[in-house]
Amino acid sequence: MSEIIKGVRQMKGAQSIEFAAPPYILESACVCGNKEGEGPLKDTFDYIEEDSLFGCDTWEEAESALQEKTIDVLLEKSGYKKTDFRYIFAGDLMGQLIATTFGILKFEIPLFGLYGACSTMGEAISLASMTVAGGYANNVIAMASSHYASAEKTFRFPLEYSTQRPYSATWTVTGCGAVVIGNATNKSEKNMIKGKITGITTGKIVDYGCKDSQNMGACMAPAAADVIEQNLIDFGYEPGEYDKIITGDLGYVGQTILIDLLQRKGIEITNNHMDCGIEIFDSEKQDTHAGGSGCGCSATVLCGHILNNIKKGIWKKVLFVPTGALLSPTSFNEGQNVPGIAHAVMIEHPNK
Amino acid sequence: MENMMQESKKEEAKKERAKEYNDYVKQVTKTMSLPKNMFWAFIVGGIICTLGQGIGDVIKHYGVEEKAADSMTLLILIALSALLTGLNIYPKIGNFAGAGALVPITGFANSVAASAIEFKAEGFVMGLGCKIFTIAGPVILYGIFSSWILGVIYWAGQMFHWW
Repeated sequence: MSEIIKGVRQMKGAQSIEFAAPPYILESACVCGNKEGEGPLKDTFDYIEEDSLFGCDTWEEAESALQEKTIDVLLEKSGYKKTDFRYIFAGDLMGQLIATTFGILKFEIPLFGLYGACSTMGEAISLASMTVAGGYANNVIAMASSHYASAEKTFRFPLEYSTQRPYSATWTVTGCGAVVIGNATNKSEKNMIKGKITGITTGKIVDYGCKDSQNMGACMAPAAADVIEQNLIDFGYEPGEYDKIITGDLGYVGQTILIDLLQRKGIEITNNHMDCGIEIFDSEKQDTHAGGSGCGCSATVLCGHILNNIKKGIWKKVLFVPTGALLSPTSFNEGQNVPGIAHAVMIEHPNK
Repeated sequence: MENMMQESKKEEAKKERAKEYNDYVKQVTKTMSLPKNMFWAFIVGGIICTLGQGIGDVIKHYGVEEKAADSMTLLILIALSALLTGLNIYPKIGNFAGAGALVPITGFANSVAASAIEFKAEGFVMGLGCKIFTIAGPVILYGIFSSWILGVIYWAGQMFHWW
């Protein structure tokens, strides 16, 4: 008993945790819209909804319906009941998290609502893993969503307004990804395991003075560089330790900057870096300019493409780093900078 | 005192880093080709204006007097733009033609119609009513304001017999 109270020291370095008993990703689900469903990753999504309103009257309701559908798919795939989950860690991009509020209302699972801009999936998985590793729950859900139309309405212009988007602009992904994180106590759960979360590194807010909300890759790249460097320092790793270092939604501009910034510090990730925003769309054919963005971007790519590859053993160990640009229309109009944040999650093949 | 010195030095370093970083970002960010944008803005903007001229000429041909014909032309262009906005065609023209679609009166109509469509869901008073001029509002305000200033200058000129 005293051991549980004192706990095992799981702190690593300045900003990281190395789990003594790593929690597992037991199941994942991802649902997305039709544009994503026409992209290069279309075969990795569980469900593609052709109606961008998801049968609702408003974009905000549509995003909630998207979340609801994702949890429905997750329950169906995993065979769990909603009462099997002690907590859900979830968030979106809407003001006051209204997409999450109305999206998970009917499931009646105790909620921690999170806002980390587009880094929310990293934040949710980090806290969910800590909760499971700390013995506070056996199974929890981590989830994040975004919707192109509701994000445009919140952060930019009405959808039908005719504007020209610069090449540095990204396209908000309509999608939601959710994972079950648990400690796999019984045999059937052990058979489900898709990946193992061995550690996390929590990012700081990093502000390099960027003000351009149409170039979010440039706003977020310093934060991604900061947390990746810190992860390598805290664990004493070389970048080659990871088969892939996967950022959330830096896009083409952000990727160039990230690789550059790390090179200046003597860290070379050119060969093993991947960005979910670049993977999810075909920029040329789908006119998405710098790539995809939004909480749903890293969440859906993780829950489909990345976890598939980890489960199959194609990648043995990855560093998943969702990235967020911290702004609101008000802060932007009042002339504030757009700082970035990024959270790193270390995911390994279960048998490694 | 020393603390304050250190603080201001830190601020300086931060400003320097911000400037350096923003310059660097400018270098690595691909921008649109200005001549190409200008070319298509000229062509599409020109087509819209020619269309307006054509409509006006046709109306006048049927015996409507000049002033009424001008107003009718504007109304027809605005209606067309609102219709194309609702059909999701105008934003596509704008994405391609930039200012060519933005500057004519059709662009103004698009900004109003787009807001109307988007905010209707929030109700006819708090949504559509309050937010219909979200984009067009500044144009209306500063349009009226600048014409007022010009009016004052014109009036003063007449007073002092400048013209």
